[in-house]
Amino acid sequence: MTASPGHRRLTRSLARALPVSPAVVLMLLFLAGPIGYCAYIAFTDLQLTGQAHESFVGLENFRTAFGDEDFLNAVWLTLVFTFLSSIVGQNTLGLALASLMQRASKPVRTVTGAVVITAWVLPEVVAGFLLYAFFRRDGTLNAVLDLLHLPSQNWLYTLPILAVSFANMWRGTAFSMLVYSAALNDIPKEITEAAEVDGAGGWRRMWHITLPMIRRSIGTNLMLNTLQTLSVFGLIWVMTRGGPGNRSQTLPLFMYEQAFQKSMIGYGTAVALLLLVVGSLFSLVYMRLLRTEV
Amino acid sequence: MSRRTRSRKLAADIGLLAVAAAFAVPLAWVLLSAVDPKADVGMKTPDGITFDNFDAVLTDEITFTPMLNSLLLCGGGTLLTVVSAALAAYPLSRYASRLNRPFMLTILFATSLPITAIMVPVYALFVRVDLIDTMHGTIFFFAASQLPFAIWLMKNFMDGVPKELEEAAWTDGASPFQSLLRIVLPLMGPGVAVVTVFSFVMMWGNFFVPFMLLLSPEQMPAAVSINDFFGSKGAIIYGQLAAFSLIYSTPVILLYVLIARRLGGGFALGGAVKG
Repeated sequence: MTASPGHRRLTRSLARALPVSPAVVLMLLFLAGPIGYCAYIAFTDLQLTGQAHESFVGLENFRTAFGDEDFLNAVWLTLVFTFLSSIVGQNTLGLALASLMQRASKPVRTVTGAVVITAWVLPEVVAGFLLYAFFRRDGTLNAVLDLLHLPSQNWLYTLPILAVSFANMWRGTAFSMLVYSAALNDIPKEITEAAEVDGAGGWRRMWHITLPMIRRSIGTNLMLNTLQTLSVFGLIWVMTRGGPGNRSQTLPLFMYEQAFQKSMIGYGTAVALLLLVVGSLFSLVYMRLLRTEV
Repeated sequence: MSRRTRSRKLAADIGLLAVAAAFAVPLAWVLLSAVDPKADVGMKTPDGITFDNFDAVLTDEITFTPMLNSLLLCGGGTLLTVVSAALAAYPLSRYASRLNRPFMLTILFATSLPITAIMVPVYALFVRVDLIDTMHGTIFFFAASQLPFAIWLMKNFMDGVPKELEEAAWTDGASPFQSLLRIVLPLMGPGVAVVTVFSFVMMWGNFFVPFMLLLSPEQMPAAVSINDFFGSKGAIIYGQLAAFSLIYSTPVILLYVLIARRLGGGFALGGAVKG
């Protein structure tokens, strides 16, 4: 008996798809699975211990969340953290560094690049320790401020969210710098030179020529920075544990506290699901911006 | 060079050096404290130079076991990631199929999902299926979370290897698997290196995943065990913490330098991520 052409084509397609299967199985079991499970337990009252069966509670967790002052505090702090460290900090400083690098001399460029990239390559926890030491009452920042006769203070206590935002900026600026350096190198020299001949000053050239030409890189970079910043956990955990009180408790830390310190897995997961939905929306916008040929 | 260009260059140099100095302060602290016999939380000139801090942390309990655990976790995770990504990228790059585009779009979407958000359900799931506190469970999760980006990169690198080079091997009767192993992968060596190093560096620095999925102290990687310097053991010995930080960070810095060189400057990764 000979196989029909249709049958043979099916066999061939299956044989060709076979190598993809280990990756697909791994991603289905360990990524898609947890995401589906997340969507399920967010609607239950699952707890960490001492419970025979969790029960379905509908939107109860979400209703609790929006009436929970601590949750709203976490949302607010997440917005502040993202805005300060990612949108203002990493993005703007990264662009500034990249455009200065276009004009600077080579040794200065190399040294600055090396220092900024080292901060980026260091493991998250190590970065957390370095900046914890930097911001402490008897740490380096206050020593420098004393030297300049400026008022020093206990940063991790008075302005913890500002301290962790600076930490995230210190750690993440390199990425923006690399993205913008690549984008600025792609701008043809003739265009900037022509504008210079026409008498456009530095700021006007930046605003009217450079920024519009790299707007796609700006969009991509903002999205990726925001997504990365939304899921920062280790850095804040090491520096402040979300405290003092909950004054630097962003959503990931709030989620962790609810799920593990208060044993409310269901509630913690509901918060996680909200974070995931926001992340997915950003991710979709990012894909539209990228519009790559797949 | 006109005077104006020169003064602009000088201004740019000064601006960059100022930022570099600010960024360097925490890095200088860790370098100085590691060799300072009386290191403290603030930066100061060391009271002499000593390797006592390194001596004190280079024990099984503090350094060797956690570093070995890190190596097992990240090495295992990276191996699984690179092998599965290379296998998956081959048909995606070589055969036309209606499913390729939706598959790659899903992969791209998954690369930017916040993994932090799913750790609570992953923990709950791992408790249920008895994978909690196991090295292999954590390795599987590491690989799965790194796979979308690895497949994305690998497929793009593989597209750069011309199909004609394989055709000779096809006529000699080589299987697609042999052709991938003997022809395509060797030709995209730098690409494979980038995927490998990138995956490894991401896992090595990851704190949250092992923090959630591993429980017993003897299995903890360096990313989590470094927290022992804090808290329960009384006052923090900053010199030893700094020394350990250096030991723990060195592998990823060396790996980064390795691929940055190989690709001609640190800009390659930025370019790759940009798509």
